[in-house]
Amino acid sequence: MKKTILNQAHHQAGAKMVDFGGWEMPINYGSQIDEHHAVRQNVGMFDVSHMTVIDVEGPEATDFLYQLLANDVKKMELNQAMYSTMLNHDGGVIDDLITYKITDQSYRVVVNAATREKDLAWIEKEIVEFDAFMKEQADTAMIAVQGPKAIETLQPLIDLDLSETKRFYAAYNDDMFVGRTGYTGEDGVEIIVPEAAAEDLWNQLIESGVQPCGLGARDTLRLEAGMHLYGQDMDENITPLECGLAWTVRKDNDEFNGAEALAALRENGIEKKLIGLILEGRGILRHDQPLSDDQDHQGVITSGGYSPTTEKAIAMAVVDKDMDKASVQVQIRNKSLPCRVVKLPFVRNGKSLIEE
Amino acid sequence: MSYVPDNLKYTASHEWLEDLGNGVYRVGITEFAQSQLGDIVFVELPEVDESYAQEDECGVVESVKTASDIFCPLVGTVTAVNEALEDTPELLNDSPYDDGWIFELELGDDADIESLMSAEDYRESIADED
Repeated sequence: MKKTILNQAHHQAGAKMVDFGGWEMPINYGSQIDEHHAVRQNVGMFDVSHMTVIDVEGPEATDFLYQLLANDVKKMELNQAMYSTMLNHDGGVIDDLITYKITDQSYRVVVNAATREKDLAWIEKEIVEFDAFMKEQADTAMIAVQGPKAIETLQPLIDLDLSETKRFYAAYNDDMFVGRTGYTGEDGVEIIVPEAAAEDLWNQLIESGVQPCGLGARDTLRLEAGMHLYGQDMDENITPLECGLAWTVRKDNDEFNGAEALAALRENGIEKKLIGLILEGRGILRHDQPLSDDQDHQGVITSGGYSPTTEKAIAMAVVDKDMDKASVQVQIRNKSLPCRVVKLPFVRNGKSLIEE
Repeated sequence: MSYVPDNLKYTASHEWLEDLGNGVYRVGITEFAQSQLGDIVFVELPEVDESYAQEDECGVVESVKTASDIFCPLVGTVTAVNEALEDTPELLNDSPYDDGWIFELELGDDADIESLMSAEDYRESIADED
């Protein structure tokens, strides 16, 4: 199994380690729920060094990313971050990713670990038509520090001044790259440093009271925040228009991969949508549980679980677009249980948004 | 190492049994089982007065991570369930051998007590993963 540079630190902190897409990663350091609450109420951190960092540079870097990504890279300001999908020519989602604009001719792109090989292959194939090149930054570590106290806790430990860095912007110097981004629905940053500097930073954060958090808490936090997980909430068999990501797709032109397929889909009618669900009774909603209503519409839970902040079972689901909100039922172990359809996200900035 | 009390019997599916006398056994899941599951957030209890065969699925424990069946360790009839688990499933994490008991079972006539494991055997069975 592959190991991040912080592997030893996780073992020392008492982490329970699991195989995550070929990487040995911490699932929790004791209690996943305590880690979840630490991020909602205070500050926690995650080793996300398994994620892939790719720098794209060159005179036509912007034009290249304009074709590669469904969101609009030409609207980005310097140091701004942008969430986007990367589509195949059928409009299917190859991956979702964050792009940071460094200069007019250079960008930093962070993609998922599980999709690394196919992403790199796709980008390499697509970039050849452009005066631009890509370089994977393999010798970097990435630490996400998340929670309402993330910035104030991190600031004294680093040379970089974060006071002018707004949410969804980045700051950097020779030693580190700090994006005010994350995957939890809280304020916070994702820090990219050379591998050699990672353990020192991790240990300083621990000494400052930051709770190490595993992939378990990362999943419940992102689910409460209504954020998609690649491979569950979307993949190459669905377009962003059918899974709640239409807001990330530019509509004013067709100069990106998959645009024609999306235009055809819009023309013919979009048949699916993504919704948020709460289980009304007792039980837990899980990935792959089937949904139905009184009018023969179908659906499936794409991500589900127990929400520590709301203390309810919550889920995201892809359903027929005319699904009857009032009669959604989930099948759990041969029982039909009623669900309530709610707006996403379930939680924002530490507070439940679910109406009682 | 997980705590495995000497006075209990065990199954390969990580249930424990405590002999309450008169053919009645109290059943729960082991400390090792709860630690593998992680934070437990939901328990579906067996039905009182329901009879189960050995290894029948008779309940479910769900953690933040996964759902795991509870198997009836021996043939018998459920005489009591721990209703406290409905509102405080975390008792299974905090006190797996005491406050986190799950149900009580009156053994059927042909219950195969010999099929259960001793504490020593159970300790050995989990040694590699523990």
